[in-house]
Amino acid sequence: MTGAALPDTEALRSEIWRLAGAVVDPEIPVLSIADLGVLRDVRVSDGQVEVEITPTYSGCPAMNMIALEIELALDKAGIRPVKVHTVLSPAWTTDWMTEEGRQKLRAYGIAPPAKGRGRRALFGEEEVCCPQCGSTDTTEIAAFGSTSCKALWQCRACREPFDYFKCH
Amino acid sequence: MPAGSITVAETPLVRFLLRRADDALILGHRLSEWCGHAPMMEEDMALANMGLDLIGQARSLYTYAGEAEAQGHGEDDFAYLRDVRGYGNLLLVEQPNGDFACTMVRQLLYSAFIDPYWRALATSPDATLAAIAAKAEKESAYHVRHSAEWVIRLGDGTPESHRRAQDALDGLWAFTGEMFETDDSERHLIAAGVVPDPARFEAPWRAMVADIVAQATLRLPQGGWMQKGGRAGRHSEHLGHLLSDLQYMQRAFPGASW
Repeated sequence: MTGAALPDTEALRSEIWRLAGAVVDPEIPVLSIADLGVLRDVRVSDGQVEVEITPTYSGCPAMNMIALEIELALDKAGIRPVKVHTVLSPAWTTDWMTEEGRQKLRAYGIAPPAKGRGRRALFGEEEVCCPQCGSTDTTEIAAFGSTSCKALWQCRACREPFDYFKCH
Repeated sequence: MPAGSITVAETPLVRFLLRRADDALILGHRLSEWCGHAPMMEEDMALANMGLDLIGQARSLYTYAGEAEAQGHGEDDFAYLRDVRGYGNLLLVEQPNGDFACTMVRQLLYSAFIDPYWRALATSPDATLAAIAAKAEKESAYHVRHSAEWVIRLGDGTPESHRRAQDALDGLWAFTGEMFETDDSERHLIAAGVVPDPARFEAPWRAMVADIVAQATLRLPQGGWMQKGGRAGRHSEHLGHLLSDLQYMQRAFPGASW
């Protein structure tokens, strides 16, 4: 890559980042993969575009869909060919979710994962706020919810059941 | 070996990855057999979720095995195109689901071993292995908690649920010794510091299982004789039946995709 070509490449790179980052999680359509921290890197060299994503949960079936959506989004913008790679290291954690992503989740009715809780949070020391009324008087109904990333909780104050995005 | 099966170019790392992947795939498949049959809705979801975690772990491990082997094999080739003797999973994970108590006891016996094992593997100098383990250990922690809660509830439940949980524990116990076994191939990786020695997890595993079994008012089996062979491809009759279901489509229509 020559120095003269750099500005163009950099502009293309940030455009690809914007387009790919706007792809949404098919399971939680209010969250983009940029919000989730799933989009890891964009590389442009010699006309070849490579996008790196990282899986959230080992068995998340949304990953294939996300890779396809990235290719489609870039293809629509005339950017092709594109290679989407999955990188495993470092392993994704819910701490990578942006603050904006957390707010979007709450507005959508899903309690966002507590930050920096790690393993302690797995064993009953969680304090989960109801996304409807904000009460912390909540209880877990089922540790395994409608998708691998969610648990089912209920608010004792407003009685609403809600999804909780598990800490990972 | 049936027509269409692949020949794997095995190295200690490839063999290690396939064995761990086989554990996850076979147990994941067993859990998937519960789909639509669990005693209640939440449990149906939980079993399917745990199965999905395990199959996801298997996919990552198979994919890495394919890269390490460098013969052009991918996750599907390993899952669909090896026969019983080519599988290196633990005998424990291929045991039939039995009743719900049997499934939960099997899950506890495996998860209580693999959870700290993944945590140790997450510090491997092999970055890909460490990343797969780092993700898997968060999932296995949920599996330990879920299965332990059920074993306690069933053991300390009605006389009927207690009897079934005890029968499951007694019946599966002889398959647990294999989890802590190694062979020359794996010792090579242990000596190189790439993977932990499973033997060092036996005492903490036993202490944890004994604690849960005590809370469940169950009796820890005392028998010391252990059945082995899974790691070397010598399986119980159950694996062939499982694979005939899992592999049917690729065997009947080679290369089928959608």
